[in-house]
Amino acid sequence: MTTKFEVNGKQVSVDVEPRLTLADCLRHELRLTGTHIGCEHGVCGACTVLVDGEAVRSCLILAVQAEGSKITTVEGLSSDADLSPLQKSFRKHHALQCGFCTPGFITTAHALLTEEPDCDADRVREVLSGNICRCTGYIGIVEAVLDARAAYKK
Amino acid sequence: MKLPPFEYACPATINEAVALLAGHGGEAKPLAGGQSLMPMMAFRIAQPSLLVDLRKLPGLKEIKIGADGVRLGALVRWRDILDDKRLDAAHPLLKEAISHVAHYQIRNRGTVGGSCAHADPASEMPGIAQTCEATFSVIGKAGARTIKAADFFQGALTTALKPDEIVTEIHLPAWPAQRRYGFQEFARRRGDFAMAGIALYYDVEGGKAANAHIGVFGVGDCQRRLPKAEAALNGHTVDDALAVKVGEAAAAEVEPQEDIHASSAYRRALTGTLAERALKAAAAR
Repeated sequence: MTTKFEVNGKQVSVDVEPRLTLADCLRHELRLTGTHIGCEHGVCGACTVLVDGEAVRSCLILAVQAEGSKITTVEGLSSDADLSPLQKSFRKHHALQCGFCTPGFITTAHALLTEEPDCDADRVREVLSGNICRCTGYIGIVEAVLDARAAYKK
Repeated sequence: MKLPPFEYACPATINEAVALLAGHGGEAKPLAGGQSLMPMMAFRIAQPSLLVDLRKLPGLKEIKIGADGVRLGALVRWRDILDDKRLDAAHPLLKEAISHVAHYQIRNRGTVGGSCAHADPASEMPGIAQTCEATFSVIGKAGARTIKAADFFQGALTTALKPDEIVTEIHLPAWPAQRRYGFQEFARRRGDFAMAGIALYYDVEGGKAANAHIGVFGVGDCQRRLPKAEAALNGHTVDDALAVKVGEAAAAEVEPQEDIHASSAYRRALTGTLAERALKAAAAR
């Protein structure tokens, strides 16, 4: 099926089988391999992307369901020139080790901080509970997100 | 696992959607938020030949609040409920329960209609529907009908819906301002399916509890009310001693399953403890 949507500000058109998830479409059709696929059944959070600004699991959405949406992947949250404030904060607080889960954490945290720049540590922990990291023990990730709040305040 | 092959349709009207479902002899499935159906398909627990995407159907995304209660369109998402400030007064029990549903990303997609049609025994929304005596509006080939929650939920992943029927609306009766309520669930990690959960409310008449409604989820193969525990609450002054009694009645009344998450005895004890805590929380409001 021909499906059109916007990814990171660019209109795209793909011809995909209905069974292709948005995650696989982003990676294999559009070569945006920043979105990682862990569990493929909505448990690990690694494939989180933003659909119309909201954090969702791209392994639980079909590419054909994205018709007409605006998708933002982790590639769309930084420029080649410099790290974003959130990325800088992850680096400063050692919020990643192997990096596999990081795109999911960055997209989720970006959605949270955009909507709730005043969130507290409890809220950060609650929201990040949908993302699994096997390296860091989460402390650094929570600190990085809390420290990045200032950059999202208007 | 990658999803098995299927056909996909995205109709613009409810009549078209029903016709598509009816034309596939039980092999088609409606697709709402997909937050349960997609994992079911990944695990091959569900293998529909056609998915009928409901996202373009008009009028199913509204939360209507009136004198007769709250009407949730079937495509209302968890997030829509949590964002709706009117529900703080119009249905605080619903709001508290939904804050326990899954995770942030799931709450941005999952829908009330999808959750009830899926009927996982550990889900919060069917528990609220049973506790609050909700009514389901559904539409199918034979036309529209309403189904009471007590008849709608028939067991694990089993409802009264026919293969060609779609939930359109869930109606929760009006919520009096003075009503006392409590909600408790227990899961090993935040956002996981509850090993047991309790939703309850009662009204106060002459200083005593009346109109008690106590519902359990995650225990047994279906969300249901606990009439013996309700009887233990009705007509009594609510204090800590009564909370213990009601908890004991609730624990005695359930038929808990045993699985890798918890033994039957543990679930029974948990049910009693959660009922006790929920009642204490209700009394303290």
